Amino acid sequence: MEKGDVKLFGIWSSPFVLIVKWALRIKGVEYEYIEEDLSNKSNLLLEYNPVHKKVPVMVHNGKPIAESAVILEYIEETWKNNPILPDDPYERAMARFWCKFVVDKLSPPIWRLFISQGKEQEEAYALAIENLKILEQELQGKMFFCGETIGLADISIGPLAYVMPIYEEITKLKMVDAERFPLLCAWMEAFLNSPVVKDSLPPGEKLLLKYRALRESFLAKGNK
Amino acid sequence: MLTSKATSDPRLPSNIFLHSNFRENTERMAGDLELKLLGSWASPFAMRARIALNLKGVGYELLKEVSGTKSELLLKSNPVYKKIPVLIHHGKPICESMIIVQYIDEVWAAAGPSILPSDPYERAIARFWIVYIDDKWFPSSLRTLRGLNEEAKAEAEEQLANALPLLEDAFPKCSKGKDFFGGETIGYLDIALGCYLGWIKAIEKMTGIKALDEAKTPTLVGWAERFCSGDAVKEVMPEADELIEFTKLIQAIMNAAPGRQNMHVSKNDR
Repeated sequence: MEKGDVKLFGIWSSPFVLIVKWALRIKGVEYEYIEEDLSNKSNLLLEYNPVHKKVPVMVHNGKPIAESAVILEYIEETWKNNPILPDDPYERAMARFWCKFVVDKLSPPIWRLFISQGKEQEEAYALAIENLKILEQELQGKMFFCGETIGLADISIGPLAYVMPIYEEITKLKMVDAERFPLLCAWMEAFLNSPVVKDSLPPGEKLLLKYRALRESFLAKGNK
Repeated sequence: MLTSKATSDPRLPSNIFLHSNFRENTERMAGDLELKLLGSWASPFAMRARIALNLKGVGYELLKEVSGTKSELLLKSNPVYKKIPVLIHHGKPICESMIIVQYIDEVWAAAGPSILPSDPYERAIARFWIVYIDDKWFPSSLRTLRGLNEEAKAEAEEQLANALPLLEDAFPKCSKGKDFFGGETIGYLDIALGCYLGWIKAIEKMTGIKALDEAKTPTLVGWAERFCSGDAVKEVMPEADELIEFTKLIQAIMNAAPGRQNMHVSKNDR
């Protein structure tokens, strides 16, 4: 296993930071974690990610990498043990496709339903359900999106496993019910209980408070 | 529906719809070609796949989607996005342009030069810029074409002004003194950015904005010329004038039929 100096800049609540942590955990890579205050960004963060000034940023042997999806591929290519991508080019393309699907099609309506109400929320909810059905379909005959073990696609989709229940609690809108989404429910349970993910989640109560406040601030903006 | 109206309308330039529709192609497809690409001449995203295939010297059948319609094969092979390009290899579809390019690089690794850099950090840099280009910049620039009013023009100008200097700056670090972001040969980031050059020239002509300016981004201007004259690119890069005609046509159709909300024009296809 390649040794090297690895630093990860993040914030406690960011799902994008968490997926990088999961990947590093799978590879058994030790790293220094630096908690950022986004209202007062460190000089290092601004130096390492001048374009976006965002977290996560991973720094390996002094070289910074930004964008969580980019960081995941870098981790996979640099530490060869416990691969999170299969060997077959077609299966790799499919894994990457599902990562993109989450970003393009799934997360946006889920986020929108969380920060809105009324008709806008109804429409976002309908779209979210439609796209969740696509994921449910993809899980046919598989435990994880990448097959028998957690892979790149599972990691990328992973935050939804703990974020969706929080949104459901706050909005009182049930998204992933066992009747419509038996495979997704099973996946969420298996994923959250896996050694990689267990004990890695941000503190539940703290998250709930933060997300509640977020929703309130968006609704307040919307009412102006 | 749109196709039949377009081909019978005498006001419309006939050359835009010269390209055959899918039905003609299925008849010619009688032989069992193992590699097909669903694309269209105006789509920068389809161009990415075509450049990659050209770089690898791989033969394929091009199935041209017609603007305003989606063939059954497209809907079947990309049900999630319903967009081009789609690469169909041994009957299996691969979607999303940069995923397709990487797939081509991996499958035909032994043919031609590597498209992605071999070093993981260089790959990360290329991927970072590709996310920036595709997510932050070009889609919104293209949207400004919808309205060619002063506001849209100013928006396009600002976006280009923000993005291009960053890429100008990144070029020497990526190219290390060679001709392309990828080094000696056209690489992953070259393809991702270069595919927009036809549209950039079209926007420049339509709006009078100088996007690629010798004075501001001389390195990129030089790179753009080299990219466009590359063998793998020449035959698939549309001319700015063709794209301008195409845009005017789409706008005319949209203005004539305000009820048509879901125009699927290839410039939006990924």
